Amino acid sequence: MGFLDIKNATKSYGTVKVLHETDISVEEGEFLVLVGPSGCGKSTLLNMIAGLEEVTSGEIAIRGNRMNEVRPADRNIAMVFQSYALYPNMNVAQNIAFGLEMHGVVKAERDKAVQGVAELLQITQLLDRKPGQLSGGQRQRVAMGRALVRDPDVFLFDEPLSNLDAKLRVDMRTEIKKLHQKLGRTIVYVTHDQIEALTLSTRIAVMFGGYVQQLGTPKEIYDNPANMFVAGFMGSPSMNLFPAKLSAADGKAFANFALAEGGTGSLAVPDPALARHDGRDIILGIRPEAITDPDGADRNSKDIHHVEARVEITEPAGSDTFVVTEFGGKEVTGRFRADVDVKPAKVQTFAVNMEKAVLFDPVTEERVV
Amino acid sequence: MALASTDTVIRTGRTSRFIIYTVLIVFCIYYLLPLYVMLVNSLKPLDEIRGGGMLSLPQEWTLAPWGSAWSTAQIGVEATGLRPYFLNSLLMVVPAVAISTMLGALNGYVLTKWRFRGDTIIFGLMLFGCFIPFQMVLIPMARMLGLMGLAGTVPGLIFVHLVYGIGFSTLYFRNYYAQFPDELVRAAMIDGAGFFRIFQRIMLPSSGPIAVVCIIWQFTNIWNDFLFGASFADFDSQPMTVALNNLVSSSTGVKEYNVHFAGAIMAALPTLLVYVVAGRFFVRGLMAGSVKG
Amino acid sequence: MEQSVPTRNKLGDKLADFLPKLVLSPSLAIVLIFVYGFIFFTFYLSFTDSRILPSFGLVGFENYDKLFRLRAWSIAVDNLFIFGGLYIVICCALGLMLAILLDQKIRSEGFIRTIYLYPMALSFIVTGTAWKWFLDPGIGLEAVVQSWGWTSFEFNWIKDRNMAIYTIVIAAVWQTSGFVMAMFLAGLRGIDNEVLKAAQIDGASNWALYRRIVIPQLRPAFMSAFVVLAHMAIKSYDLVIALTNGGPGRATELPATFMYSYTFTRNQMGIGAASATLMLMTIAAIIVPYLWSELREKK
Ligand SMILES: Nc1ncnc2c1ncn2[C@@H]1O[C@H](COP(=O)(O)OP(=O)(O)O)[C@@H](O)[C@H]1O
Ligand SMILES: [Mg+2]
Repeated sequence: MGFLDIKNATKSYGTVKVLHETDISVEEGEFLVLVGPSGCGKSTLLNMIAGLEEVTSGEIAIRGNRMNEVRPADRNIAMVFQSYALYPNMNVAQNIAFGLEMHGVVKAERDKAVQGVAELLQITQLLDRKPGQLSGGQRQRVAMGRALVRDPDVFLFDEPLSNLDAKLRVDMRTEIKKLHQKLGRTIVYVTHDQIEALTLSTRIAVMFGGYVQQLGTPKEIYDNPANMFVAGFMGSPSMNLFPAKLSAADGKAFANFALAEGGTGSLAVPDPALARHDGRDIILGIRPEAITDPDGADRNSKDIHHVEARVEITEPAGSDTFVVTEFGGKEVTGRFRADVDVKPAKVQTFAVNMEKAVLFDPVTEERVV
Repeated sequence: MALASTDTVIRTGRTSRFIIYTVLIVFCIYYLLPLYVMLVNSLKPLDEIRGGGMLSLPQEWTLAPWGSAWSTAQIGVEATGLRPYFLNSLLMVVPAVAISTMLGALNGYVLTKWRFRGDTIIFGLMLFGCFIPFQMVLIPMARMLGLMGLAGTVPGLIFVHLVYGIGFSTLYFRNYYAQFPDELVRAAMIDGAGFFRIFQRIMLPSSGPIAVVCIIWQFTNIWNDFLFGASFADFDSQPMTVALNNLVSSSTGVKEYNVHFAGAIMAALPTLLVYVVAGRFFVRGLMAGSVKG
Repeated sequence: MEQSVPTRNKLGDKLADFLPKLVLSPSLAIVLIFVYGFIFFTFYLSFTDSRILPSFGLVGFENYDKLFRLRAWSIAVDNLFIFGGLYIVICCALGLMLAILLDQKIRSEGFIRTIYLYPMALSFIVTGTAWKWFLDPGIGLEAVVQSWGWTSFEFNWIKDRNMAIYTIVIAAVWQTSGFVMAMFLAGLRGIDNEVLKAAQIDGASNWALYRRIVIPQLRPAFMSAFVVLAHMAIKSYDLVIALTNGGPGRATELPATFMYSYTFTRNQMGIGAASATLMLMTIAAIIVPYLWSELREKK
């Protein structure tokens, strides 16, 4: 039993099931990120934890206490909304104090708490202003202040950064991470931005179509995606996925795929157990940083294999150059060092780090062991 | 009604602009003419009107018609002037507007922020109630007021206007609150505020614009009502419109047109005042409800 | 932090869940009783032999049968068609024209708009009084023009059985056309200027611009205007009472005045109820589809 338990929880609107059976157990002090494309059910799940949406079946528990029938106000949670949801008719101090007021905290204590939070977030000079007089970033801070002042068991964030511009978003991201490290509170955080998920979380739940596709640490999710959706969704540029056929020779397994200019590329697969699957169609998944120029390849890897293929296009990106070719009829991007001379339409040697390769079943799209 | 947003990009030449302004001014005259007629003729002696001088300014200015209309003119059987009826209308309109606006605000709040299965049907039922011909309810309402002991009284009229005003108040507040972010309500719920607390602390303080719209609308409608007044009021509880009609259409004695016009302006004054003072807020309030989102 | 297990006050929570519906219920009850209950009551009366007072002896369609044979009713219905048709068409035409003219970056537009709109704030009784005397041949327009020297000038529609209904149209248009103008103006302001710019670049004349691009986009405004005007026309009562009181003779009788006089002065409540029922059905035929589509869209 964890600190916050989601046990077999589902949500249906009428006959439409928008969240399928979900089990997540969050430890105290964890930073869980729910990530996935728009409409996948992230907010629904978060609102169920908050008590803003009813749980259709299953259970939500905090500290082992069933929460399903408990009103949001009595769950000892706080929430930061995407739109910040600051009360327009109250000034910043009143906004922050409102929750305490509703919970019967006396004025002197409220003022002290507001002051403390304002100092923590460096918004002391804004306390007398109305939300309408604040910038986006300032509103964001006030919204966080309103949550922090409650000192709740669990903080819930619903896409808190997506209304900020790019620069501010990165700054606030760092700040949220610092706050988490400093206060050590339990956080459930919703975002559609996979970079936010990877940088902030201690654990990630990747969601799609109302299902949790994979639950794991950022490293697990990134290195060992459970299926093709997770592989494609997490990481930028996203993982190369292309069809290949397995073959066996000398007790080793190889993945074979067509090249653009004709001919076949062949890469040895590290796991020899796969040799049993001679002739099987698979999808090979390799991240761009595992496809490099030969000299740029990872020196610690024991499974660097070379493929000669024609370069379709190059995209210089400053520190690196992304080089696009075609494996198995699909565009494949490799990440070369910027000073390597690559020209389109020339044949080039690609060094593939097969230690980092993952294999998927083309029908089920699940990971092949 | 987004009256104040951007103008058209269509350009017009000098001659067409001249024509446009001419037409617009002619229509200004058309719309102002009856008001002008009422005003100047309420300030002149009767024989000036009879002599075909309805459109000319008074040769002899007099306030006598106003005095007569207000306090001595014959209304029905008594020579009380319009004053008691003006008071009846005020006594009727203030509580009816206040209560129906308050109920409309609560209904709009429930129908947008505490939605439940079937709420759209309930709203549809209320909305249709705004448009029915009131002839359809006159007969049973007359009986009902009798049963309630309110027949022929001002409270009876208040009740009737309240009942048939709820639909529009609810319509205004529902459409306005529909634009009001749900997240604010959710934030307040998490902060521990309950149903009434959210209404009072979060919704009401932001409801100024639509309250103005609703109050103007209800005030105008209830003040100007004739049908309910004529059907359900006694002589001593008649509202202004009914009394004015009695004054103007009474068939006994000399027709005092100047007194009729003075009385008509008196009946029009409260709503005109509201319109001139708060008309801008009316348009702005409507926009606040309809443009955003 | 001390740990209070939050199982408290289940009953209070139940009540809180019920509160919104509780708050809505008085209004719902009022509407169900005083709108729908009463509609049903009147509908029922229209099949009874009620005279001065409601009575519950059923007579089938007799009242409707009588109603359709009453000359007063057919006059009222004919009048409604003349009045309603002209009222809607003229208000829309005038409203649209004024809205388009007022949309040409007019100086002091707000002021002009206020003048066009103020009649809407007046009671129909006031409007009726003003126009009643202004159209009166003895003292009004006719007398004024004659006093200017044009002694053969005649304008006595309000006293003329054949023309009196048109005076109702004149007064009603005066009162409402400014409001229709505002509806169209709102529609015009909602049109995307980029489209107009594109058409101008394509070489469209102003006339073509309005006819081909602007006016077709005003369909929703036309719809709303039609619904509002049609239902006002059917409900018209006060204006007729104040302006002509249904006369001369029965020349300006409308269904609304017919219903009132048959029910309350001629003591034919059953027939009155039947006429009210027909009014309601006509309005419902216009309003219900409109509300239906509005509530669907806004979901
Ligand atoms: N009140 C509702 N009624 C019906 N469907 C809803 C409702 N709210 C959300 N949904 C559906 O539930 C799914 C998940 O929504 P949500 O949790 O908001 O997604 P997101 O992951 O973008 O936050 C969406 O497909 C949405 O259309
Ligand atoms: Mg969401």
